[in-house]
Amino acid sequence: MAIRVLIGKLGLDGHDVGAKVVSRALMERGFEVIYTGLRKSPEEIARIALQEDVDAVGVSILSGAHLPLLERLAAVLREQGLGDKLWLAGGVIPREDRERVRELGFAGVFPTGSDFDAIAAFIRENVR
Amino acid sequence: MSSGKQEEIRPAFLECGIPVKPVYGPEDVKASGGFEGIGKPGEYPFTRGIHPLMYRKRPFTMRQYSGFGTAADTNRRFKWLIENGQTGLNVAFDLPTQIGLDSDDPMAEGEVGRVGMAVDSLLDMEEAFEGIDLDRITVSLTINGAAVVLMAMYFAMARKRGYDLSSLRGTAQNDILKEFVGRGTWVFPVEPSIKLVGDTIEFCAEHLPKYSPVSVCGYHIRESGARPHEEMAYAFLIARAYMDHVIGRGLDVDRFASRLSFNFDIHGLFLEQIAKFRAGRRLWARTVKEEYGAKNPRSMVLRMIAGGGGGGLTIEQPELNIVRTAYYALMSALSGTQTMALCSYDEAYTIPTERAARITLRTMQIVIEETGICDTVDPLGGSFAVETMTNEMEGKIREAMAEVDRWGGIVNAIAEGRLQAHVSREAYEREKGIREGTIPKVGVNRYRIEEEEPKVEIHPYHPEEADRARARLRELRAGRDGAAVEKALGAVREAAAAGKNVMPAVMEAVVRYATVGEIMGALREEYGAYREPVRF
Repeated sequence: MAIRVLIGKLGLDGHDVGAKVVSRALMERGFEVIYTGLRKSPEEIARIALQEDVDAVGVSILSGAHLPLLERLAAVLREQGLGDKLWLAGGVIPREDRERVRELGFAGVFPTGSDFDAIAAFIRENVR
Repeated sequence: MSSGKQEEIRPAFLECGIPVKPVYGPEDVKASGGFEGIGKPGEYPFTRGIHPLMYRKRPFTMRQYSGFGTAADTNRRFKWLIENGQTGLNVAFDLPTQIGLDSDDPMAEGEVGRVGMAVDSLLDMEEAFEGIDLDRITVSLTINGAAVVLMAMYFAMARKRGYDLSSLRGTAQNDILKEFVGRGTWVFPVEPSIKLVGDTIEFCAEHLPKYSPVSVCGYHIRESGARPHEEMAYAFLIARAYMDHVIGRGLDVDRFASRLSFNFDIHGLFLEQIAKFRAGRRLWARTVKEEYGAKNPRSMVLRMIAGGGGGGLTIEQPELNIVRTAYYALMSALSGTQTMALCSYDEAYTIPTERAARITLRTMQIVIEETGICDTVDPLGGSFAVETMTNEMEGKIREAMAEVDRWGGIVNAIAEGRLQAHVSREAYEREKGIREGTIPKVGVNRYRIEEEEPKVEIHPYHPEEADRARARLRELRAGRDGAAVEKALGAVREAAAAGKNVMPAVMEAVVRYATVGEIMGALREEYGAYREPVRF
């Protein structure tokens, strides 16, 4: 069975080129991708993740609001019983914030320009 | 044999797909459409520029995109930019403002003042421009989804300060159709969104004849993945959609077309970019004259901002972006732009720091004051290569426009998500090309420094500024005439429901200190919310 990955746009940021490019790259590599579209709240991301029964939840943020948004998303995902899924974060995530993002539970941090094969390999290795 | 020799020539293509010859001559210009469309600067079809003397008489405006935090913070940055020689302002609003939410909206949490200035009411607009002479410095508002409200606030602020609206200059981006393709600050569904753009065009034709109510953006469509000829084609089709709408309301083309302006991207291949703008000017002039029957030559000119170039900049070895933007500035000037803005070298990471913003401004100043290329109009005009590519590019733009017509027209293609799917496929192909090295990118797929961890100073964000914005909003709501606000909001709803131009009612509401969120909420009750088609 193909691994199911949610790619979401969290918050108000309208930059979706990267999220769509990564979605397409993962589809080409045999993943099933559920792309949420823009401007999703943490609650909507969690709802779609449950509904689609995904193995991994990846969100993209380029507005600089990644820390407050990811904190809220982490809380909601745990609350909704999605704590055992693989969480990923991408977009503009400065070096000094990456450790904090991992601490929040986003095991994979893939800033702009990340290698598609590396993202795919990371998901394959870490999805439980 | 000679055929063997030919195979040794490295193949080269423009991004629009046209093969590049190693040498061009007059026969290439002839074969591609001839010299006839070149004309003189300032004369139809304006291939060589929209003014006879271009920068000798009227230097391009330097207009960096800026704004962050509160109105007071932004006002300080504006004044700093003006002191440093910037000649226009381009206002960045934060995301809540751009999509019509107040700073105390739960959806706004973490985003207030982050990527631009937070504006909730006329108070903020007044503070942002305090001490800035609006006759001397023209202001461009980068606002789309909430444009009717922010334009009304700007007009109300100017009127309060004693400026005569009938002579007020400036520009609003206010191009909502491209927001559905790239940038993403849409609010209402497609049809009412176009109607609102029509309201602003009509209102300005009536009351602010010097103001540019729309700047149609190929820029963000290009940044979202479109190739250069498509950038022009889609922008022109979007402009036509607005024109058709207001002409349908009974407005004569010569009453508004001269106030439409355009916003284009500059990254890409040097000669192709210059050809793109020259071809675009010619095609647009021909369209407005031949298809829309305009009589006034000023209706036919393509006024533009050409710059940015974010899509060409890299995360890797960010200081190389300073070099890239210098070339972009040169390309933009050689293209005959009216206004220039450039992304700063750190913009892939953060909103520009003061240091980065100053380097970018100086880059433009070097082009205009040091290099001498602005002393001669369209200095590349007559180049066999540039004229051939200009002719070829005009054909490619027309092909891309015809393709969208086959998809059922631009409005349908956007409403159904078809254009977005097409553009995002191209973004993917481009990304793949960069990763595989078929599209050269220095520092990324060649001359890469593997161990490098770029050090970039991140523009600081102060969450307490969001608290201040919320406190100010509470104070405003407590102190204003609540009944007058309710009445004004009711009038906004009524105008929307009756299909009338909403601008007069929105003007009245902003003067009563109704907030961005309240006015947009009133409109949303009538128009509903856009549902994004997700299509690959």
